[in-house]
Amino acid sequence: MNGLTEVARPPAPSAISNALVFGWRAVLKFKHVPEQLFDLVMTPIMFTLLFTFVFGGALAGSPGNYLQVFLPGILVQTVCFNAAYSGMGLSTDLGKGLFDRFRSLPIWSLSPFAGLVVGDVLRHLIAGGIILVIGLMLGYRPEAGILGVLGAFAMLLTIGFGVGWIFIVLGLLIRTPMTVMTIGFTFMFPLIFASNIMVDPKTMPGWLRAFVEVNPVSLMTTALRGCMNGTITWEQVGVALIAPTVLTLLLAPLTVWLYRRQ
Amino acid sequence: MNSVPSAVHARGLVKKFGDLRAVDGIDLDVPRGMIFAILGPNGAGKPTLMRMLATLLHADAGTATVMGHDLAGAPDQVRASIAMTGQFASLDEDLTGRENLVLLSRLWGFRGRAARERADQLLATFDLADAATKQVKDYSGGMRRRLDIAASLIVTPGVLFLDEPTTGLDPVARKSVWGMIRQLAGSGVTILLTTQYMDEADQLAARIAVIDHGKKIAEGSPRELKVATGSGVLHVAVAEPARLDEAARLLETHLGGSVQRSPEGATLAIVAKTPHDANAALGALIDAGIELADFSMGSPSLEEVFFALTGKAKP
Repeated sequence: MNGLTEVARPPAPSAISNALVFGWRAVLKFKHVPEQLFDLVMTPIMFTLLFTFVFGGALAGSPGNYLQVFLPGILVQTVCFNAAYSGMGLSTDLGKGLFDRFRSLPIWSLSPFAGLVVGDVLRHLIAGGIILVIGLMLGYRPEAGILGVLGAFAMLLTIGFGVGWIFIVLGLLIRTPMTVMTIGFTFMFPLIFASNIMVDPKTMPGWLRAFVEVNPVSLMTTALRGCMNGTITWEQVGVALIAPTVLTLLLAPLTVWLYRRQ
Repeated sequence: MNSVPSAVHARGLVKKFGDLRAVDGIDLDVPRGMIFAILGPNGAGKPTLMRMLATLLHADAGTATVMGHDLAGAPDQVRASIAMTGQFASLDEDLTGRENLVLLSRLWGFRGRAARERADQLLATFDLADAATKQVKDYSGGMRRRLDIAASLIVTPGVLFLDEPTTGLDPVARKSVWGMIRQLAGSGVTILLTTQYMDEADQLAARIAVIDHGKKIAEGSPRELKVATGSGVLHVAVAEPARLDEAARLLETHLGGSVQRSPEGATLAIVAKTPHDANAALGALIDAGIELADFSMGSPSLEEVFFALTGKAKP
């Protein structure tokens, strides 16, 4: 059979099937661009080693004690920064005209975004998994056991999903992937560093402490620590999920609007 | 309305970008099963027009149907009956050629093995079977363009839009893409292509619409366009470059209209209504003592047609 003879359209696939195909694309990207794993985990690994061994003793008495507090925080930081990748990928695809092809296909118009979500989930699981393993090797012990860790990862995925919208909106607006990352990080940096991830806020000046205590990143970190240590309360979970929920409710419709408007 | 609707039927399409009217009231009728070329210089509005017909841009005014489906009212049906190959290869560079085609086959609804078989058929047809498992970023320009067109043919489209299919290709790759386009048209696909190359339109298209500044300035078969601008063109090469201006003035006086100079400046071309007029003009040059290196009378090329229509040199 020749490739040019008339081929009729098979029965239209469902929206879910379209979405899964885009998810498959995200998986293939991992296969073909394994370097991206390096980008995903190098910074967090360096942070973990630096803070644990250089600052850990001074900050918490011993590197071991510090790691116990720091590891859940570095997981939150990693997910927040790695959320940039889908927005950057989107910007690349839009710049290259790949989306013109997707948009001229008779498919569920939002299915490409499902691929972004799949890519994000994979990235967060892989990066989070690697960092957790390194943490365990260095002596980190999650008091709440397997269930606590699973709960923490579920929360991480939720956080990543919420933060991802920031970069997706930027990716729709900006045609240079590097600029997407730079602008996104400019916004993320103060939130990450002026939080309780690295240092206990009680030594900070009052005005800064006031900010750190309501910073969504701190709330997420507190919840994640609680989850892995087995001290979590429902209230902590609730306040930690406010930011991802608000981001999703605001930015997901904005994403759809921006995408359809183009 | 019991006749088969044309492949593309557009009336008064307008697209504005701020103050710029990129497409300014274009009517288009593309019959089925034909290669139709939209010819114009850079910035004439070709991609904008094509993107509107492919449902990628909303028209600010005007209406259009594609394979009988209304652009505004039934965009999904339009999308189901077209395929579009943009000016820049719309492929995923990180994936292999085969994965790109399998991905698109699945999006069209081929499942599992059927998707892989369709991908392999297209790879074989487009002479890409050897490169099937290479990442697209390692493809040459010609291979990329072939894969891009293959990606538009997963399901045989009613209309295939090709935006500048050979821009940036070397002559060999260009010829092979031309061959493919002809083969496709032979299999019954309607092809609407844009080009800024006169010879491409002349070689491929049964009908040509010439557009400039968002407006259609002429339409017809290549032959009709040539005839519309005069029965023939007189080409004159002057032996002494210093007397070129004088020769141009003499030709314009005898034949009317204006002389077009070749890019290198050595030859002059001007429309001559009859061979008799051309003969008289040549006589005047010789009487004035201007020595001719060469002269010929021929059908105008599309470059000359474009010049006659727009009063501008070739884009």
